[in-house]
Amino acid sequence: MSEPASVPVVRIRGVKKAFGSNRVLDGVDLDVHKGEVVVVIGPSGSGKTTLLRCINLLETYDEGSIQVDGVEVGFRDGGEGIRKSRHDRDLSRIRADIGMVFQLFNLFPHLTARENVMLGLRKVRGLQTAEAARIAEQWLARVGLGDKFDSLPSQLSGGQQQRVGIARAVAMGPKVLLLDEITSALDPELVGEVLSVVQELARDGMTMIVVTHEMTFARDVATRILFMDGGRIQVQGTPREVLTATGHDRLKAFLARIEMKHH
Amino acid sequence: MLYAIQSLPFLWGGLLITLEVSALVVFLSLVAGVVLGIGIAYGPRWIYWPIRIYSDFLRGIPLLVLIFFIYYALPLVGVNFTNVMSVVVALSAFEAAHIIEVVRGAIQSIHHGQNEAAKAIGLRFTQRLLYVIAPQAIRRFLPPWINAVVDTVKGSALVSLVGIVDLTLAIQQVIGRTYIPMPLYVLGAVMYFLINYSLSSASRRLEARFAYIRE
Repeated sequence: MSEPASVPVVRIRGVKKAFGSNRVLDGVDLDVHKGEVVVVIGPSGSGKTTLLRCINLLETYDEGSIQVDGVEVGFRDGGEGIRKSRHDRDLSRIRADIGMVFQLFNLFPHLTARENVMLGLRKVRGLQTAEAARIAEQWLARVGLGDKFDSLPSQLSGGQQQRVGIARAVAMGPKVLLLDEITSALDPELVGEVLSVVQELARDGMTMIVVTHEMTFARDVATRILFMDGGRIQVQGTPREVLTATGHDRLKAFLARIEMKHH
Repeated sequence: MLYAIQSLPFLWGGLLITLEVSALVVFLSLVAGVVLGIGIAYGPRWIYWPIRIYSDFLRGIPLLVLIFFIYYALPLVGVNFTNVMSVVVALSAFEAAHIIEVVRGAIQSIHHGQNEAAKAIGLRFTQRLLYVIAPQAIRRFLPPWINAVVDTVKGSALVSLVGIVDLTLAIQQVIGRTYIPMPLYVLGAVMYFLINYSLSSASRRLEARFAYIRE
């Protein structure tokens, strides 16, 4: 049976954002469907991280629309087309279905690995402690930390901390997972263990939007790659189409710079 | 020396007043300071500015002036406190102004990524505060807060100025009868010291309990 034209998990239309006079997003349109892994590349300042942070409203957007599973994230309808900001309670409910993994891990330093994963399950999903612990341990084991349940973040390596960060996000059962340069703060030898966890999630059909500088990873994991520059999506297509693109000068220059850094 | 021992029951009564006033002020200033401190750390402008002005103003005037203002001046506009309550209100308002800054500083010392991570898993504002920010901020809150508590105990001696027989005034009255100031002042100093020393050592033990948190 062929899939009917489904509602995209993430639907972005005409999103604009400026910090003061600096326009960071200049009209972005994007549909991300279930099971897609969309990798966003581009030079720093191109707006890719800001776009990601707008999707769960860690940044607000000035114009346009972002819907996750059909629900507008950034505002509620105040009647007669007036945009009103959402109440904390509404926003929290929306965010609970959007997973995010951060560049600097942002684990809760006063909680063990297990408790880091359990917090959202208990307080947001309302699970009993035993059930939350079971799910947390399952996910920690899946990211290869079956022996680190009781470790505090300060007792873990960067790669291990980031895997806890991934477990914390996916344990909530998000509709989409946002990964914000999750290996940029890691020592090179720890990058692989984190990326292989992401690759496994991709194989299991997790819908993801990934901002990264790891081109090999992008090529392997992406169903689609977007090249952003100047607050717009300049080029998009399959990894092969984008990474071997010769038609777009700025993309070519960007890829050449990345290439140089790695040799 | 004998006089000093004979005066102990009387001093004990004064000590109780000192402790009662201190406890009340510590409680009131903690509640007000934490609520307003959270307001100044997270609130929009219309919440921020009134608290900012309150805190800066109260920290900028001498405590004694504040006590006299509440005790002598407020009755002129129809606000009457008993002599004990006027000191309790003055001390609480004064300490709260300091605690606001302690709370603000403790909250703002936590990396903003912590709040973002808490938002990202869907925690609401009070939950973020309760489960993520407060457990980390408390480590930075405790030492300066204990200082404020010690200040309160010492500041409570000012109740003697409006005629309440606390430890300080009790000592003065005993001296007034016996004319032997030295051992009694020493005794009083030792009592204040013991209260405050036990407070700060309790605080050190408490701080040690949070030492495991490392960013």
